[in-house]
Amino acid sequence: MSELVLDARNLLCPLPVIRTQNQVEKMNAGDTLCVQCTDHGVINDIPAWCRINGHEILSIDEQEYEIVIKLRVGECR
Amino acid sequence: MTKISNDNTQRKAVALVSGGLDSMLAVKVLQEQGVHVEGINFFTGFCVEGHTHAIRKKDRDKPKRNNALWVAEQLGIKLHILDVSEDYKDVVINPKHGYGANLNPCLDCKGFMVKQAMAWMEKNDFDFLITGEVMGQRPMSQRKDTMPVVSRESGAGDLLLRPLCAKLLPETLPEREGWVDRDQLLDFSGRNRKPQMALAEKFGFKEYAQPAGGCCFLTDANYSSKLADLWQARGEKTYEIDDIVMLKVGRHLRPKPHFKLIIAREEGETNFLRGYRKNYISLNTVSHSGPISLIDGEADEEDIELAARLVARFCSGRNADLVTVNVIQKSGESKDIDVKPLTADEIPQEWYV
Ligand code: SF4
Repeated sequence: MSELVLDARNLLCPLPVIRTQNQVEKMNAGDTLCVQCTDHGVINDIPAWCRINGHEILSIDEQEYEIVIKLRVGECR
Repeated sequence: MTKISNDNTQRKAVALVSGGLDSMLAVKVLQEQGVHVEGINFFTGFCVEGHTHAIRKKDRDKPKRNNALWVAEQLGIKLHILDVSEDYKDVVINPKHGYGANLNPCLDCKGFMVKQAMAWMEKNDFDFLITGEVMGQRPMSQRKDTMPVVSRESGAGDLLLRPLCAKLLPETLPEREGWVDRDQLLDFSGRNRKPQMALAEKFGFKEYAQPAGGCCFLTDANYSSKLADLWQARGEKTYEIDDIVMLKVGRHLRPKPHFKLIIAREEGETNFLRGYRKNYISLNTVSHSGPISLIDGEADEEDIELAARLVARFCSGRNADLVTVNVIQKSGESKDIDVKPLTADEIPQEWYV
């Protein structure tokens, strides 16, 4: 099980979602990914993308300027 | 392409999902016929679906959702978002069929998107593709005479089905092969949205996005004029993704043909522009509170002074005798200069892009 960090800071939605999608495609079920973002839109979008594609949100840490979303890659891809 | 007709395999369609009601309905119509549908959505760099407004702090409390993702979730379909921004440049820069009312190359854009969807369809072993187009709804890309152009130029031919107006168009392969029942497809045309709303009601869609105008910033007159200004200043029609993102942020003023200033309008934009300081000369007032500004273009000492005086006009020291402005070069070299803020009369209206 690997744990990776993806830097999606200074990218506007939907780019953080696209980067997440492209990274997750290369990962295995059960792996975790921490996505660092600055566009607060990701708080809606990354969880929505995860629900659609069967991945699990583990945590959302929202600070003033930065948001870190941790997710676990699901089976269904 | 030969397909076995009337077999029991569940057919798979890829749908261009914009996030609006039409593509939502088109998908649902096919789902009702037992077709497996997945969505595809394109990031061109100009999409309204992005969260540009989320840069603005005041809008952050009500972040806008991404409608394409939301629609996919409502329909229970997967959504694949493709970053086509590099290849899309050629569509915006050299549209074979020209532009619409602004810099929107709708007809070329549709052809491009359908072509990309075709490639995706073939790679992922899907059978055909669908769009939510309605005949006569859009002046450029959704006319009876231009719809076949899209089918032809994209290479999709009769693998492209438009469920909402299929009955007004020649039969496509999925209909001929019996993968979908033509009788259950629709004949929507024109700008009247009542039939779509009635169908939405029938399907139980209570909430849906009603995009005004087009689906991207290129249909916006202000945005298009900023893009035209950028091309004019550079002497050529080119852009990078950062350029087009910047066109959505801040006030843009061009005091000289060879440079413009991007001035943050509020805190959220200041934070956003701060992330770009390495790519531009940046100016920040230090003696008084004020927004961050970036210089786009080549600026010499004299230009920087003019820019600093302009920036000083937008800080809290606009009426002070002198304002200290910190100038940071792309290299990181930093220096403070004292300037007299420009007066309102010294800023001609033409500077505003
Ligand atoms: S409005 Fe924009 S995205 Fe939509 S068809 Fe026209 S150019 Fe393409």
